[in-house]
Amino acid sequence: MAEFIPVANTRSASGVPTGKLALYWLLCSEIVIFGGVLASYLMHRLAHPEFGLQAAHTNVYAGTINTFVLLTSSLMAVLAHSAAEHGDGKKAAKYLWFTIAGALMFLCIKAAEWTSEIQHGYTITSSPFWSFYYTAAGIHASHVIAGALVMLWVIQSAKKNKYLYRVENVGLYWHFVDIVWIFLFPLLYIAK
Amino acid sequence: MIESLVPSGSTFAGDIDGLFVLICVIVGVFFFATLGMFLWMLVRFRARDGVPAQYITGNEPHLKTWITTPHAIIILCDVLLIVGALRVWYNVKQHMPEDVEVIGVVGQQWAWTFVHAGPDGKIDTSDDIAVIDEMHVQVDKEYVFRLESVDVLHSFSVPTWRLKQDAVPGRVILGWFEATLTGEFGIQCAEMCGIGHGIMGARLFVETAEEHAAWMAQAGGTSS
Amino acid sequence: MNAPAHGHDHVHDDGGHHHHHEMTFVEKYIFPTDHKYIGKQYLLTGMLMAVFGGFFAYAFRMQLAWPGSDIPLFGHMSPAEYNAAVTNHGTIMIFWVAMPVLIAAFGNFLIPLMVGADDMVFPRLNRLSYQIFLVSAIVIVASLFVPGGGFGGAWTAYPPLSGDSAYNLTPLGSSLWLVAVALEFVAFLVGGINFIVTAMNARAPGMKWTDVPMVVWMICIASILFMASVGPLMAGAVMLLFDQTLHTGFFDPRQGGDPILWQHLFWFFGHPEVYVVLLPATGMVAEVVAVHSRKKLFGYKTILFTAVGTGVLSFFVWAHHQFIAGIDPRMANIFTITTVLISIPIAEMMFLYIATLYGGSIRFTTPMLWALGFIFAFLIGGVTGIPLGASGADIYLHDSYFVIAHFHFTFFPIAFIGTFTGLTHWFPKMFGRMMNETLGKIHFWGTIIAVHCLFLPMFVLGLAGHHRRIYDYTNFPELSTPFLTNIGIFATVSLLVLLAFQFVFVFNFFYSMFKGPVAEANPWKAGSLEWQCPSPPPHGNFGEHLPTVYRGPYEYSVPGRDKDYWPQSEPA
Ligand code: HEA
Ligand code: HEA
Ligand code: CUA
Ligand SMILES: [Cu+2]
Repeated sequence: MAEFIPVANTRSASGVPTGKLALYWLLCSEIVIFGGVLASYLMHRLAHPEFGLQAAHTNVYAGTINTFVLLTSSLMAVLAHSAAEHGDGKKAAKYLWFTIAGALMFLCIKAAEWTSEIQHGYTITSSPFWSFYYTAAGIHASHVIAGALVMLWVIQSAKKNKYLYRVENVGLYWHFVDIVWIFLFPLLYIAK
Repeated sequence: MIESLVPSGSTFAGDIDGLFVLICVIVGVFFFATLGMFLWMLVRFRARDGVPAQYITGNEPHLKTWITTPHAIIILCDVLLIVGALRVWYNVKQHMPEDVEVIGVVGQQWAWTFVHAGPDGKIDTSDDIAVIDEMHVQVDKEYVFRLESVDVLHSFSVPTWRLKQDAVPGRVILGWFEATLTGEFGIQCAEMCGIGHGIMGARLFVETAEEHAAWMAQAGGTSS
Repeated sequence: MNAPAHGHDHVHDDGGHHHHHEMTFVEKYIFPTDHKYIGKQYLLTGMLMAVFGGFFAYAFRMQLAWPGSDIPLFGHMSPAEYNAAVTNHGTIMIFWVAMPVLIAAFGNFLIPLMVGADDMVFPRLNRLSYQIFLVSAIVIVASLFVPGGGFGGAWTAYPPLSGDSAYNLTPLGSSLWLVAVALEFVAFLVGGINFIVTAMNARAPGMKWTDVPMVVWMICIASILFMASVGPLMAGAVMLLFDQTLHTGFFDPRQGGDPILWQHLFWFFGHPEVYVVLLPATGMVAEVVAVHSRKKLFGYKTILFTAVGTGVLSFFVWAHHQFIAGIDPRMANIFTITTVLISIPIAEMMFLYIATLYGGSIRFTTPMLWALGFIFAFLIGGVTGIPLGASGADIYLHDSYFVIAHFHFTFFPIAFIGTFTGLTHWFPKMFGRMMNETLGKIHFWGTIIAVHCLFLPMFVLGLAGHHRRIYDYTNFPELSTPFLTNIGIFATVSLLVLLAFQFVFVFNFFYSMFKGPVAEANPWKAGSLEWQCPSPPPHGNFGEHLPTVYRGPYEYSVPGRDKDYWPQSEPA
């Protein structure tokens, strides 16, 4: 069965392409989810100065490296987009592979970090700080995984030079995931 | 209105009842006026043969005033309502009498413990009288209650006093009351607290000074 | 059959249409992507869940009227069962009846038709949304039958009660309940994006934003409200789930958590949520009032602004549910002000609907009766919100039956009266047949009278001090006087009458679906686009030529025309 694309999908009464418009709304809904996590965290943080002491046990180096990894992968997403703009699907796919590699690296560092923390006895039930630490970072990591999976799917069509607009959309999503981390990093690691 | 169903037994019960009446009058007037208009239109503009509907867009000034005028009045009424509500609220919940006897109220699944100050008039001393599911207070005397919970949320509700306050574990919440009516009344838990929520009541005894002293002598002897 | 719109002549030869293909049974009914079928799936699922929600209401009302006695079809009711019944009644009615029927069923069915498109912009995403929803419905029903029983901590699920099975005694029930609610949110986020983007992007050529029918606007505004308010609660749900399963302490004061935080997260969503279900219902009422009084809506743009205004304000009122929950008493003052102010846009909206009747030619058809009944009943629900919003009075009224009466006078009109308004109006379009008017009117009068007899007495109970979620009032001597007991019995009997009249509806609905007289394309002589295609619309809706729009949806009784309606797609 050929893929069914209704005429509705090809219209653009608002002037913004349909896929991108949907993506914007998706990001809006994600922003409020993370907004909820961060607002809850901040309320606790302000009420409990001891959070700062516990935050001292996080691994700032790992966090910094991960920030750097994510920023680099975002750059790759930008390059993929610009390749797609020039109609070069193959190149775009290649850059997306790099982005995925960044995502994997991020997850590996995260896993190593968590393992060592858990071995030192800081588990999700240790204290509200650690609960937030694992929950917030965990929700973020699940977005990293989701983003990587979507990129795999986009690569399949991009390398055949089809649906190149998807490269830009997945890139936008990736930047969002990146920005969330930019908020999480200082709040969880260095807000002492 | 409320006092015909539940006796009004505290100094602020009358304020709350009065506020409720004020609101009922204001919104009642609007409600019935709106309803009257509505029913009139249903009769006046029912479909009749040969009478077509009019073409009205809603921009006609002489029709729009029928919307904007009541609207302006609503804004005025809202201000009135808010002022009334805030005054009562301030009196009941925000202002707090000082240097009065404190009575401890502790909720737990599914009983209330009332810690009465005892003869010395001070709570947290050795002559405190802690009683389960019975609260004894003196009429015409201001008290502060100190509300706590040991497990889940409960809500300390005394309908006769028009008093209600949630008890939150981990927090100590203060409030006040002054009873004006002697007798025995009901206390309920008004926040879902598990399967026993439906039986989590207690009895309230509002006593004259002499009765209260007598109760204290008797209870202080047996407990402790 | 009158065929005012072009495109009609082409319906029967859709062979040339580029995306038409023969659909197998599975494609058409089990995994459809056609928005009309997905809409109907939502409708039927919602109605089925309404039977669950209604059954719970029946069971616990019987218990309240005759405590301790054996309830027919249910048996003896224990306190734990009572709590679970109330909790799941509330949860199911809001999340599995009101939302799927009002937003998803009507949104799916109406939006593409009304904006002149052949489908949603993302048909497969649409199907996914329904599938997630179906799973969530199965999970919530399953949660009632697990060991320990269904969750009984109220639909607000306040921790620490909900977070620790040592307190609630339903370890599995509470987690499944929470998972079901979270899944439902996901389904509506996915569906909502589809609705909004379809209305924004897939409008027919020529359709300006002021040409979009009100109900489409309302469903989209509702979806946006939902999207903007549910996020924090999604985060909260994850946190609560961790509290339940991993024993973290986000909301547990013993571990340094804060139970009131959950209340903020819940009501920051919970209050906008009531307008999420209100707006689609008012949108349908607007359509029906305009069509059946042959009038243009009075002040289209103003109605729109009142809806947006209500939506914006609704984000700033949430703590009126927490006046006495232990928040800082000074905060209550701010929330009293914002809460009372919300009466301004809503009053305006109701006034505009009533003004639409002015100068009309009102036909008391069944859908019109429902729409008028909505306005009447909702006014009662609305004005009784004001004493609750006034902090001083809420000290007494909070968590009493006055609250119950208030919100059933909003929710019943929305979930049932609103649904009946929409269903009776669009039934010909959905199923290609007319419903029986006589049965419809019997159902209307029976329901509207019974529902007032059911909930009006609860105002009295509330003022007399009856609190919510109490399974047996004989434990409280002040509250089980003969007067109050009889009021409770009267309410329960009214419920039985109400339920009996629903059989009239169910019969009418299914009988007409198969045996009703065949409906023409435009039985109500309406102007919006969905009436310009055949009843029921074929796959692809409008045949080969999708319509072009030349005017607004409410051009009724335009002077100087011989017909009293003017279809949006008819060239000038
Ligand atoms: C769709 C459902 C719905 C709707 C539309 C509303 C509408 C409103 N609600 Fe309601 N409400 C609920 C559903 C709804 N509510 C539910 C479910 C609960 C309980 C939750 C729980 O605890 O389980 C609740 C509880 C609730 C409370 C908390 C009570 C408590 O627990 O102590 C409050 C308090 O402020 C409140 C206020 C209001 C107000 C001010 C409106 C306003 O929007 C109403 C505005 C409308 C009008 C005012 C009518 C039209 C105006 C006129 C005719 C003009 C005259 C008016 C004036 C002069 C003011 N509601
Ligand atoms: C949309 C919301 C909604 C609706 C429609 C209803 C409908 C009803 N509700 Fe409910 N109710 C709630 C939401 C709702 N309720 C909530 C949120 C609570 C709070 C829960 C809590 O405290 O946690 C509550 C609590 C609540 C209580 C308080 C219990 C307590 O605190 O102890 C009571 C008591 O009488 C009650 C009664 C009823 C009754 C008799 C109906 C009747 O109107 C029901 C009649 C049923 C039907 C009419 C269904 C028939 C079905 C069909 C005919 C199929 C066709 C269907 C379609 C066309 C859709 N409800
Ligand atoms: Cu304690 Cu309810
Ligand atoms: Cu509210």
